[in-house]
Amino acid sequence: MLVLGPLGFTAPWLLAGLVALPVLWILLRAVPPAPIRRRFPGVALLLGLADDEQQSDRTPWWLLVLRSVAVALLILGFAGPVLNPDTREPGSGPLLVLMDGTWADARDWPRRLDRARQALDEAERDGRPAAVVLLTARPEGDLPFRAAQSWSAQLAGLTPSPWAPRDAAAWAGGLSGRFDTIWLSDGLDYDWRAPVLAALEDRGAVRVFESPRPIYGLRPAAFEDGAIALSATRAKGAGAAGLRIAAHGLDPNGVERELATTDLTFEDGATEAETALSLPPELRNRITRFEIAGSRSAAAVSLTDDALKRREVALIAGRDDREGLQLLSPTHYLERALAPVADLLGGSLDDVLLANPDAIVLADVATLPGAQADALADWVRDGGLLVRFAGPRLAASDSTRGDADPLMPVDLRAGGRSVGGAMSWGEPKRLSAFPEASPFAGLPVPDDVTVNAQVLAQPGPALSERTIASLADGTPLVTRARLGDGQVVLFHVTANAEWSSLPLSGLFVSMLERLAVSTRPARPEAGELDGTTWVADSRLTAFGRVEDAGTLPGVPGARLAGEAPGPDMPPGLYAGEDRRIALNVIGPDTRLARTGWPARIAVEGLATTRETPLGGPLLSLAVLLLALDVLAALWLAGRLTGPRAAAAVLALALAWPGADPALAQQTAPGAVATDESFAVEATAEVTLAHVVTGDADVDRVARAGLLGLGRTLARRTSVEPAEPIGVDLETDELAFFPLLYWPVTVDQPMPSDAAYARLNAYLRTGGMILFDTRDADLSASGGTTPAGRKLQDLARPLDIPPLEPIPGDHVLTRTFYLLQEFPGRFPTGPIWVEAAPPDAVQVEGMPFRDLNDNVTPVVIGGNDWASAWAVDETGRALLPVGRGYAGERQREIAYRFGVNLVMHVLTGNYKSDQVHVPALLDRLGN
Amino acid sequence: MSDPVALRSRAEALAAPLPPLLAGARHLAASVILGAHGRRRAGQGDEFWQYRPLVAGDESRAIDWRRSGRSDAHFVRQKEWQAAQSVSLWVDASAAMGFASDARLPPKRDRAVELALALAILLVRAGERVGLSGRTLPPRGGEVQLLRLAQALETARDRGEYGAPEARAMPSRSRAVFLSDFLGDIGPARDALTSAADRGVSGVLIQVLDPQEEAFPFDGRTIFESMGGGIRHETLKARDLRGRYLDRLAARKAELADLARATGWQYSTHHTDHPASTALLWAHAALERVV
Repeated sequence: MLVLGPLGFTAPWLLAGLVALPVLWILLRAVPPAPIRRRFPGVALLLGLADDEQQSDRTPWWLLVLRSVAVALLILGFAGPVLNPDTREPGSGPLLVLMDGTWADARDWPRRLDRARQALDEAERDGRPAAVVLLTARPEGDLPFRAAQSWSAQLAGLTPSPWAPRDAAAWAGGLSGRFDTIWLSDGLDYDWRAPVLAALEDRGAVRVFESPRPIYGLRPAAFEDGAIALSATRAKGAGAAGLRIAAHGLDPNGVERELATTDLTFEDGATEAETALSLPPELRNRITRFEIAGSRSAAAVSLTDDALKRREVALIAGRDDREGLQLLSPTHYLERALAPVADLLGGSLDDVLLANPDAIVLADVATLPGAQADALADWVRDGGLLVRFAGPRLAASDSTRGDADPLMPVDLRAGGRSVGGAMSWGEPKRLSAFPEASPFAGLPVPDDVTVNAQVLAQPGPALSERTIASLADGTPLVTRARLGDGQVVLFHVTANAEWSSLPLSGLFVSMLERLAVSTRPARPEAGELDGTTWVADSRLTAFGRVEDAGTLPGVPGARLAGEAPGPDMPPGLYAGEDRRIALNVIGPDTRLARTGWPARIAVEGLATTRETPLGGPLLSLAVLLLALDVLAALWLAGRLTGPRAAAAVLALALAWPGADPALAQQTAPGAVATDESFAVEATAEVTLAHVVTGDADVDRVARAGLLGLGRTLARRTSVEPAEPIGVDLETDELAFFPLLYWPVTVDQPMPSDAAYARLNAYLRTGGMILFDTRDADLSASGGTTPAGRKLQDLARPLDIPPLEPIPGDHVLTRTFYLLQEFPGRFPTGPIWVEAAPPDAVQVEGMPFRDLNDNVTPVVIGGNDWASAWAVDETGRALLPVGRGYAGERQREIAYRFGVNLVMHVLTGNYKSDQVHVPALLDRLGN
Repeated sequence: MSDPVALRSRAEALAAPLPPLLAGARHLAASVILGAHGRRRAGQGDEFWQYRPLVAGDESRAIDWRRSGRSDAHFVRQKEWQAAQSVSLWVDASAAMGFASDARLPPKRDRAVELALALAILLVRAGERVGLSGRTLPPRGGEVQLLRLAQALETARDRGEYGAPEARAMPSRSRAVFLSDFLGDIGPARDALTSAADRGVSGVLIQVLDPQEEAFPFDGRTIFESMGGGIRHETLKARDLRGRYLDRLAARKAELADLARATGWQYSTHHTDHPASTALLWAHAALERVV
């Protein structure tokens, strides 16, 4: 193979043919185009005529160039040109293509497959058997060496797995035989790398390929200090990098979308980066996963579980019997404080316990019946949070003193104390700063929070440990005790403002928030999950997509807590009895490290320079040029005439690429322009419109009819419509027209769904359609006509209210003229309008019923009104109506109906109000 | 010859082109409705010409009593002189006449023969004698002569590239019709016409041309060959020749027209893509004119 720069030739000797090109040039130059022999009697007259110029006995230069280029292309094409020729030394023996197949491979999986395919192509060319092995999905037994081509076909079916390989070192140690290895590493260091490398090197040469792109992992989100703490890790510390983290979840409509985003920045040299995302609880509860935007890898996705969910809090007050003042209600401030951040439950304790809330608040409840107390204690032990507030009842009760009540964090002294009151010494007490170990640590203590009264704890050895907030003088204000998995918290003041101003302050809200979110640890301990079984709800692919888990066997809780994901425990969301746990690829403590290959291994990139044979395109181009040459030669010889010329032009036009898109682009702006002009035309004045049916005669009559009606309106009323417009239901906007005249023809096409959507919107927003079946002569006898059936088909998808034959007191009968019949070209057909409400009754003394407030959205009839209205441009009636004077009278009534109809559309129920006139006059004293 | 079957088939093959040719010519002739072929002067004939007063020397039986009875003078009823004329046809049968530029167009020869036969039909119908120039078929009247004419015209083939008019054996003071493309040497035509004029023969020249011969729509390197292949001319750019060819054609037409004018003949050009009836009408009218 001859290689010239990026080009190689498989048959370079053929290039010697290029030497012959100048010879060809001379030959071609010397040979004029072949003559045509023609029988022509007029030759006698030609004898003795010499040619003026001798130029055309040489081939024109451009034809020479064309032919030379074509021949040169042929020579080049047959010489087997190859772009990026592969000049490597062919290997021998079996070839193992080893891929890690982990989630870290996923981000550039297609490139890895390309690289593997190239390796297989090379192996195929060298006649080497090959095997492709994913470390995460290793084949059983020996390496499956077979023809490289069959592996190429299978390559597309390989997918990476969202977990790291297990026992790879042992597997590599068990390999036997001689083979070379191409190892496509995922770029992360594992403890089995070195043993596997050593084992493979024992078998033959090893080449390692690795992508230099950075690998990021997103840690599980945690809830800290009222915000979601997000952290990410990366394998390589060098360089600063910015990532965008997106929170995905269901929006209120149940559609999954991006709910929030935040930016995360890696400092130069740092492998960890953190950020906090503060979201309203409503939104926070909806988040199902966080992901690094634009990254395709399971490590870039972190599923969230119950740790971020909204709490359910039950409020139970002791003094239900006290009526009245809301502000004195023991739970008022609690409700106000918790309503935005939690779902509140009310009811009796028995009911509430069944609902298994996250927290229960007891406001001044001193004693509970034994069964309830036990149930409550069990609930707390299962992880519930019980928050109690003191109050007069608790202070007065002595049931909790003496023996240790599990539902009370500390023993209380009888009576409590009152400070700063009218009958006591001292000032109201302020709060002291929160201790470091307290869940309230860090909350600012406002000066204006004072405590007037409180219950006091019995001093004891455990008291200070249980105190999480205290007053300035050291007396405990909030105490907490753990009970099983849950805890009991006691506020030594009331939940309302009777004893202290704490419930009035913002601190109260913050304290409740801190308590409520500390209900449950974000990550369960292994011991907690012992003996439980979890079933995967959804699973994460290596590419970071969340899929339905299908039917995977359950996983013991201990494994879920302790182990990394594996084939039998894919990452995903696992559901247990009452909660869900997310198992992510990247745990809170996962560290990513780059591979450190020994110096003897040269790590190559994944970039593939595929050999591109250029022979085909070159030969095609040569053939194309030769085809052009045929045309040119024909043209030169004067034979490109008649059908040949047409065929040539056609061939050229077909061969010309991309002619059509340009054409389409040109037409697009014009379409927009007509759209706008249509809107301007339709809205400049009141415009009557008819539906274009596709039947030219019907459309012409409809247009002429609306023209005649418009002229009548202009002459007799203050409505002066513009020229009528025919609307195409599929394309035109309908909202501009007050009235749509729709002549029904049997063979008009059904409008599309989009057109029906527009029609329904038009009807709902006050438009009116006048359906005209134009067959009252047939349908008056009661039979069903084809047009009538077509109308039923057309109107079925329309949003049409119940109809009735027009009643005698319908407002249409008096909007302008007083009418009792509505003839068109046919005099007798019935017309239908929206039915009157069933409760419409005629009031004594009123001429009309008080009917519907709306304009009827449809008027249906068959009297062929357009024909009666139709006039030509000079204003003469287009079609005959009836006979003689009676016919003209009928046409006049038809016009009056049209005027009434347009008035009805434009003025609505205005004339309907006239029914009140007698009453109004009566009231005025007439 | 003794085998009647072979004779029959040969005869049928021979007669095969005749009926269509004759039918076509009859069809063409039917488009011309003519009165009798009068000489527009008094003489022997059937048609009334005029009444003239009796002059001395007229036979008394020549008096038309019916006319004379209406006045005091005597009148003689004269008939129009109706003398049968001899018309000699010559149709160029050379190779050049076999040319047709398009499959939809008839060869020039076919059109010329059709025209000649149609003229013959009209003439025979008018009582004239029609024959071929030369000695092959002297002028005679009657339907049988038409058949003979048709056969002679159909079978006549000239071996030459271009035809020369046959002016021999034409009765003096008769009339003649020459149909040819007149593209070859004009010398024989000139000789024929002048010798005919010397003998008082006048007639009609119809130059039958193919539209391609008028348009010369050629381009590129071309070798033009005559129909027989005997004459050839090569050009490299046929388009350049067009102007000069058309000039020469126009000159040839002018020459023919001049010749016709000098000898008292009528000359016209007919193209095979035009309807034959136009040429027939013109030829018939022209024969009326040449007296």
